[in-house]
Amino acid sequence: MDNVFAFDVLVVGAGPAGIAAAFGAAESGARVGVIDDNPRPGGQIWRGETQQRADHPEAKSWLEKFARCPIEFFSSTEVVDQIDRGHLLAQSHDGPREFVCKKLILCTGARELFLPFPGWTLPNVMGAGALQALAKSGLSVSGKKVVIAGSGPLLLAVAAYLREHGADVRLIAEQAPWHRLARFGISLLLQKNKFVQALAIRRQLADIPYKASCWPVRAAGNGKLESVTLRCGDRTWQEPCDYLACGFHLLPNTELAALLGCEIRGGFVRVNHLQQSSVSGIFCAGELTGIGGVDASILEGSIAGYAATGQDARAAQLSRQKARSENFTAALRRAFALRPELRASVSPDTIVCRCEDVPLARLRSCASWRAAKLQTRCGMGPCQGRICGPAVEFLLGWKTSSVRPPVFPVPIETLARAPVSQFSRPSEENLIPHEEPR
Amino acid sequence: MPEEISVTVNGAHLNVTSGMTVLAAILSSGAHGVRKSVKGELRGPLCAMGICFECRATVDRRPHTRTCQLLCAPGMEIRTDG
Repeated sequence: MDNVFAFDVLVVGAGPAGIAAAFGAAESGARVGVIDDNPRPGGQIWRGETQQRADHPEAKSWLEKFARCPIEFFSSTEVVDQIDRGHLLAQSHDGPREFVCKKLILCTGARELFLPFPGWTLPNVMGAGALQALAKSGLSVSGKKVVIAGSGPLLLAVAAYLREHGADVRLIAEQAPWHRLARFGISLLLQKNKFVQALAIRRQLADIPYKASCWPVRAAGNGKLESVTLRCGDRTWQEPCDYLACGFHLLPNTELAALLGCEIRGGFVRVNHLQQSSVSGIFCAGELTGIGGVDASILEGSIAGYAATGQDARAAQLSRQKARSENFTAALRRAFALRPELRASVSPDTIVCRCEDVPLARLRSCASWRAAKLQTRCGMGPCQGRICGPAVEFLLGWKTSSVRPPVFPVPIETLARAPVSQFSRPSEENLIPHEEPR
Repeated sequence: MPEEISVTVNGAHLNVTSGMTVLAAILSSGAHGVRKSVKGELRGPLCAMGICFECRATVDRRPHTRTCQLLCAPGMEIRTDG
């Protein structure tokens, strides 16, 4: 059949973890394929970096290795279903593609967690990483007034990037309290590299107010954002701005791993010390297994690449360095845990599901996520609950994970490619048995 | 220097640098929103990384295209008005 590609090892995702995995696997002489849904390799963190021009020396070095190593790269291609074990259905701009592989390494990364508040659906209210991605993709932010809000170290990185590109960054609002941030700072001291990076960013941003225990409660404007109301302790005030870049830390993209049957625990794919998931032949690396940042992703990617190609000694040797990145992951989780007051800003008419325009009041009248899907179409739009699901988990405490193929909306020509039974089988078969609450 | 290419956004010509995403081109054209929601609200991008589907537009007559993950190409016809 046309457009069927066979590999010893297939890597899904070409961010730092996927690049390291592909490079490690290719060293064994295995035939390696890499798929990414973006036009270029690098993932979100290395977006816009190229071998010729990179701001980060590490990005440059890995992108050069990636370009040099004998792998086949499929850009703008996303996996939508499993036709059979080791046989994936994907779609690209040129139509459907099939991939057959002996070993699979999933490096599908993370997205931002978005929490609803009145006005969050106004144009120019977007994720923190989103505005950075847009700036890296050619949108000029020069002279624009930007408020950065939400949670996590990404806010600082975004502030530094936007400011370097001419934005007038008015304020960084971090919902976590100072005492947790301070403890996180102390844990960074134990890792010299990260501490030096953090200090450098902080120095660069010295004149931008950084407020802890501060979060957006309302965005307002006529047709587009004009101001955001922020809350800090008992004080609320309005901040005029052109953009509100707001994300509440990161969430792993576990949908494909769940579809393939990998066990998910506490929201992340469970892996052993060699990045092997609960499904034999499927390895997972990077943010998918715990939000640990770029260093952990490269480390885990390398381990997965070696382990998937029988280079077990090298994988095991690297695996000993994992303890340190696991500590960092745990410190991040503790520091940037969400405060319950964030639920209070949502009003009954605040839209929670943006695909289907479902407000909170309609969800409140439902007994569960399943009931809400049936009665309101919440989570039934094209994002398939990727945005509203995590928000609903936080707001209403419902368990919302339910993955069924195709994991992204596809044109009918792609569906026609898969055996009909693939799309009519009972969804329970594809569900992970159970997921512990986070 | 990055090369300049010409696209159209809702029929109007726009010069962009090659490597720019279609979403960045739409927002650079002066539009704030990209699509109308099911209840008719104007929406702009939320995630800009292929997850939220708020940046869907019609590109070269292909509807529902996620514009954040697509690079501009010479002569591309981009429509956000249905």
